[in-house]
Amino acid sequence: MSEIFTTAVLVAVVASAIRLAVPLLLAALGETFGQRSGVLNLGVDGIMLLGAFAGYYAVLKTGDVWLGLLSGAVVGFVLGLASAVIAVTLKAEQGISGIGVYLFGLGMSDLLFQKLVGTPIPIETFPPVRIPFLVDIPLIGDMFFRHSLVVYLAFAAIPLATFIINKTTFGMNIRAAGEYPEAADTLGVSISRVRYATEIIGGTLAGIAGAVLAISLGIFQQNLTNGAGFIAIALVYFGAWRPTGIMLGALLFGFVNALVLELKTLEIIPRDLSNLFAMAPALITILALVFVARRFQPPAALTKPFTRGK
Amino acid sequence: MKKRSTKLAVLIAVVALIAAACSSGGDEAASADFRIAIVAPSASNDLAFTQSIVDAANKLKADGIIGEVAVTDGTFVVDDAAVAIRDYASQGYDLVIAHGSQYGGSLQEIAPDFPDTSFAWGTSADTFGLPNVYSYEAASDQGGQVMGIMAAALSKTGKIGIVGPIEVGDAKLYVDGFKQGVLFYKPNADVTINYIDSFSDVALASEAAQSLIGAGADVLSGTAQMVVGAVGVAKSEGVLWFGTQANQTSLAPEIVVASQVYHWEVILEEMINNVKDGKLGGELYSITFANDGLVIEYNDGFDLPADVKELAENAIKSMKANG
Repeated sequence: MSEIFTTAVLVAVVASAIRLAVPLLLAALGETFGQRSGVLNLGVDGIMLLGAFAGYYAVLKTGDVWLGLLSGAVVGFVLGLASAVIAVTLKAEQGISGIGVYLFGLGMSDLLFQKLVGTPIPIETFPPVRIPFLVDIPLIGDMFFRHSLVVYLAFAAIPLATFIINKTTFGMNIRAAGEYPEAADTLGVSISRVRYATEIIGGTLAGIAGAVLAISLGIFQQNLTNGAGFIAIALVYFGAWRPTGIMLGALLFGFVNALVLELKTLEIIPRDLSNLFAMAPALITILALVFVARRFQPPAALTKPFTRGK
Repeated sequence: MKKRSTKLAVLIAVVALIAAACSSGGDEAASADFRIAIVAPSASNDLAFTQSIVDAANKLKADGIIGEVAVTDGTFVVDDAAVAIRDYASQGYDLVIAHGSQYGGSLQEIAPDFPDTSFAWGTSADTFGLPNVYSYEAASDQGGQVMGIMAAALSKTGKIGIVGPIEVGDAKLYVDGFKQGVLFYKPNADVTINYIDSFSDVALASEAAQSLIGAGADVLSGTAQMVVGAVGVAKSEGVLWFGTQANQTSLAPEIVVASQVYHWEVILEEMINNVKDGKLGGELYSITFANDGLVIEYNDGFDLPADVKELAENAIKSMKANG
């Protein structure tokens, strides 16, 4: 049991938690923009899958990981736009249409993989970036400052998203569209335009999240995300629609997963109880959701299509 | 008289030739008509479990033993698989293969509704007492032992890690066999098994590999389709890898030492012959080294020391001799 208290284990668990958290964090941040403006997109996982394939395929063909990231972003942008057309212009029931987008992404990503690639072929991964000086700090350096550039960028997006949502006119319009769309409309805010913008931001970040996952793993496989998009949606509720809360949720989810893996490696968790502990991240998320639901309310206009004059 | 008997002999020969030709044509027609359907949980080209059965069926098709192979892959959701199994049975496929331990409950419900259709379920050792269900399994522990012996011989730290999916079926057999092999060759070795409790979570498998390497493992193995991520980690960390189910050399030619490859065609052919003879099920089949259903494929690009390869070959020989 004393093995768990070693610094090596601590470093391994924290570094692993960060890696596991990043795709969730990016997708959940994007979904936050949409939900804060009143649009629920359950298709995040499908967008992530297509973003993952686009990123993987671009790297496979060019060897350029940044082109891969850009490809994931472009695919996410297009699917975000499509989601906006469905939810905002066509005013489709958001839950059902989101599931449609998910199923499209699940099927299309696999179809494209089968037709264009076939057997899994490894690709280049993001190179690690050692932050000068900081990487030399004992313990902290190994945990936080040996990751790839996308990891640092993902965490840098948290204060940026907080700033945009809370301190800019665009952010104010997003919040108004999600809470009081009729009032905002009378003040001249175009609810449709705001919701289009947030859906496109959400789609782009989901596409990037998928590309980050595939390029970090260096491989693509059918259903690569394994439901990460749905976890990202849960994290938006977990984080009470606030970027910092979402980051904490993503890190907690990653940490519990990493800890359980490490405890299995150290044989501290008996093999007979392995299944039980595998459920720990989901159980903790559900408990946290119950707690959040009692303290925080979702945006008042979430899932409600806006029609002027109604 | 002599002329007449010669004519008769020629006539008999011609009739015999025509009869033989017709008979041979009939077999070909029967083979060409034989249709197999496969329902499997992951992609047909997953370099693992699903690919092994799809490759086997395609080989039989290429050899002219069967006429058609239909595949529904990616059915991680058991209910989806059940729909596909029932659909293929309704379409009159001669043999419907439910390739996943998780499909047993569904098959037990579906098979009695189609008494004239033959079903096969694997990996499993249970036919539910139904006359139209075959079961099949891989003695993957055999290959696991061979791999384990090689892993122990190649490990410098004496620490070896295994990434497993869920502790069932041929995955469990392989993992247990691998551990036995390691401890047989190096009783003091430290073998750590990390079941991630998922067949599909590539990211988690990748982190499990990272965790095992962090704990000092310099040789890894793993089973099921999610190990593609773990192989990538092994490659980036310069740790050796042993594959199973399909040849995984292409994933990382630098570090894959060898792969245990499943050749299901060995037992599928027997099943097909039985079905053609009217026996639709009730038997258990297993692929082993002895029936050539299990084969160790070495990575030609990896410089495997001759003495280590000899250890492996001797182990295989011994298992073949013992059946």
